[in-house]
Amino acid sequence: MSTTPDQPHGGHQDLVVRPDGTLPERFPDPGMEPHRSRKSDLDEKHAKKVERQVVALFAVSVIGTLVFLVAYFTLPVGTPADIKVSNLTLGLGLAFALLGIGTAAVHWAKALMNDHEVVDERHPVQSSPEVREAAVQALKDGAEDSKIGRRGVLKGAMVSALALFPLAIVVPLVGEVGEDWNVGKFKRTIWARGVRLVKDPDGRPIKASDVTIGSVFHVIPENLEEAEHPLDEKAKAVVLVVRMDPRDLKETEERKSWSYDGIVAYSKVCTHVGCPVALYEQQTHHLLCPCHQSTFDISDGARIVFGPASRPLPQLPIEVDSEGYLVAQSDFHEPVGPSFWERLT
Amino acid sequence: MSTATTATPTRTGRAAGATADYLDQRTSVGGAVKEFARKVFPDHWSFLLGEIALYSFVTILISGVFLTMFYVPSMNEVEYTGPWVTQQGLHMTEAYASTLRLSFEVRGGLLMRQIHHWAALIFVASIVVHMMRVFFTGAFRKPRELNWVVGFVLLVLSLLAGFSGYSLPDDVLSGNGLRITDGVVRSIPVIGSYLSYFIFGGEFPGTDLIPRLYTVHVLLVPALILALIGLHLLFVVLHKHTQYPGSGRTDKNVVGYPLFPVYVAKAGGFFFVVFGVIALMAATMTINPVWNYGPYDPSPVGAGAQPDWYMLFLEGALRLMPGGPTEFVIGQYTLTLNVLIPAVVVPGILFSALALYPFIEAAVTDDRREHHVLDRPRNRPFRTAFGVAILVAFFILVLAGSNDIIATHFLLSINDITYVFRVLIFVGPALAFWFTKRFCLSLQRKDRELVLHGHESARIVRFASGEYIEVHKPLDEHERWLRVQHDPLRPLEIGPAEDARGVRRKGHRLDALRARVSRVFYEDRVEPVTPAEWLAAQSHGEHDALEAPAATQAPQLTGGGRHLVEPDVQDGERRPTGGGRNLVEPTDPDGTDRRG
Repeated sequence: MSTTPDQPHGGHQDLVVRPDGTLPERFPDPGMEPHRSRKSDLDEKHAKKVERQVVALFAVSVIGTLVFLVAYFTLPVGTPADIKVSNLTLGLGLAFALLGIGTAAVHWAKALMNDHEVVDERHPVQSSPEVREAAVQALKDGAEDSKIGRRGVLKGAMVSALALFPLAIVVPLVGEVGEDWNVGKFKRTIWARGVRLVKDPDGRPIKASDVTIGSVFHVIPENLEEAEHPLDEKAKAVVLVVRMDPRDLKETEERKSWSYDGIVAYSKVCTHVGCPVALYEQQTHHLLCPCHQSTFDISDGARIVFGPASRPLPQLPIEVDSEGYLVAQSDFHEPVGPSFWERLT
Repeated sequence: MSTATTATPTRTGRAAGATADYLDQRTSVGGAVKEFARKVFPDHWSFLLGEIALYSFVTILISGVFLTMFYVPSMNEVEYTGPWVTQQGLHMTEAYASTLRLSFEVRGGLLMRQIHHWAALIFVASIVVHMMRVFFTGAFRKPRELNWVVGFVLLVLSLLAGFSGYSLPDDVLSGNGLRITDGVVRSIPVIGSYLSYFIFGGEFPGTDLIPRLYTVHVLLVPALILALIGLHLLFVVLHKHTQYPGSGRTDKNVVGYPLFPVYVAKAGGFFFVVFGVIALMAATMTINPVWNYGPYDPSPVGAGAQPDWYMLFLEGALRLMPGGPTEFVIGQYTLTLNVLIPAVVVPGILFSALALYPFIEAAVTDDRREHHVLDRPRNRPFRTAFGVAILVAFFILVLAGSNDIIATHFLLSINDITYVFRVLIFVGPALAFWFTKRFCLSLQRKDRELVLHGHESARIVRFASGEYIEVHKPLDEHERWLRVQHDPLRPLEIGPAEDARGVRRKGHRLDALRARVSRVFYEDRVEPVTPAEWLAAQSHGEHDALEAPAATQAPQLTGGGRHLVEPDVQDGERRPTGGGRNLVEPTDPDGTDRRG
């Protein structure tokens, strides 16, 4: 199709004015564009060159595999430095082994294989009316043969049997999969009156006099290892202990007795979705959850300062025992961690 | 290749012929080969996206089988005695210990782990991008709606596969991810606590989770994915692949290259390329160095922790939601919307919209035809804008999921970033929708402009009268066809509410709703140039000539009809005939933006 400005109407022949003088509603499809030959179609020398390139790429692959095998048998593993070298060499060997094959095949297909486009017909996806009719007839015949329409009790019995039998699989599965299904455990921890606060992870008890102002301890209950499922209990019982100047501490009347000389203990389990709230900012007394940035003010009843949490962290009431070590007065007064449906029941 | 039918077969030829004969007598494989060997597939780079998904999945299977030989799915506690000094003497689960062994003591183990993880990230990413391609080109239209749903389920399964695998090493990072999952599950009203027990076999973290996740990860999910991939590809063969619009491509044909040999080589080769690139990434880029994180312990947590990319949008949604008075107590029961909305409701809406979109669009387009020629995204402004809006929302959530990283990298206040994202999550998608729709309409106008007036040639010609014109070069018929081949889409028109006898028509309300949504979809539109419009532009140079009967203008075609531009029109200078100049107007007042 010529499209030079000197022959500006080069592309117009396809627009046929109908005999009655009207134009078609839509443009007609001009049909396939002519095939453009590649360099390797026209020049046998170039085709030979492409062939050599493909061979070279396959050769790269072979070399890659050999590199991989040699590296496997010769390079040691065990130390981080060894691992680094081994991983890099094995990986590069494998990568070249694969990329060699891949690029060779694609290059071959693009540059040497026949690139004349082929046109195939499509047919509507739906089956022909005759086939549909035959299918419906087949189902009718089958239903007729089974006599199901005339035997209502049989139908009912079959449906009941089929509907009931999965219970034999589902009931034991559901029964066993949730252990004892006692979700009330969410509400309690193993903190109790007199349980010592010990450091996580070394388990040393904390003397109140050793806690300096501004210091912060990650704390677990002393009786943790005696629990039936220590990890489950730890997940609920982790506590953060902070000491601040008692003048900085705002406490409600009810909670005045929950702290000891500026030392407060709060649950470390975020009330949002349960991450450990582990980042303490000394100057502002803010405690930040690194997962979703809920921020709590420890000097003010763990009030929410920012973020997606909607409840303050529960406070653990503490005191000191006769030897001067920090102990719990009781369990938390509310369930720790994220909210759940039965939380207040 | 010589076969048994060749006059003088070679030895290999005879052997191949004999094998083929043996197989065919027992399987009638000849029919399948005849049917499929020369099956035609259209060619386009964007069709490779789905292939990347398939090949990265195969890569995952290969590397995954290797990993199962050495990984121990157990939560039994052991003391680490291996070569990794920083963890020696620590108590950890066998799952974590065996992951360390895989990384440090099994030759090639670390490579396989990194291949597996990188391939998983690429698997989900390629599914998402492939889905975008299908969405924006309208490849989900009849008869492919069901295959869209199959693909959607595959996306969900890929997320499940990724998440379950991510948690298997039982390191502190993935453990905290599980803890967040537990918190999210518990927020579900009525059944949340029980669902948590169902997953963890009692309280979090328990001792059942890793073996359970292992079964999900290596058996249930991969089996489902494999089965659905089979179905997905079966549909592709049944429907024959879609093709992009172009000369000679119609809804009744498929233009491309035969499966054998072109796609056997191209697609087969592409598998090696995908696997090779993943191997290159695994060799050079460390991913998920669990040996630095340490074994799971409910107490510690790392700052700046990020999940794998496909979970970031959920993490971002959780971070954006303001807390405060979003928890309600109904009777004795607690409803915690600050978790439920971002982690359950928002993704629920996003995913449902994605799954149902083909059915919604078909309903409001009243379109019952089969479509095999793809849409150019600009020709579907509403759909394209809707898709971009969803993507922008997704992207903002992903960024919000990295707000701590953004804060530390750019030295910004994390609170400020969060406030900005809280606004952006509403404003961003709306703006993106508006902008994309306008952009599509402008591109369509540009198409009309090109069809009617041709390319600017930058050739200025001066006439004897002193008049300057720029010569426009008309489009050839192939260039033009691409810009006029699509159907004009108009809003649905519904019948009256009552029929001729004044009886209320059944289903009128539903129709009225469909028509209302249809107006939202198609009210703003630019229709393709019709032959009459084109002819008018060629011959008269005036768009308003459209109103005249087209036939009367046809003879003027012979006059030359150059596309010329008059930079400075002097009145009285217009030559009435012969020139057929086109006056390209700075604005296009002929109502190309035709409102229904």
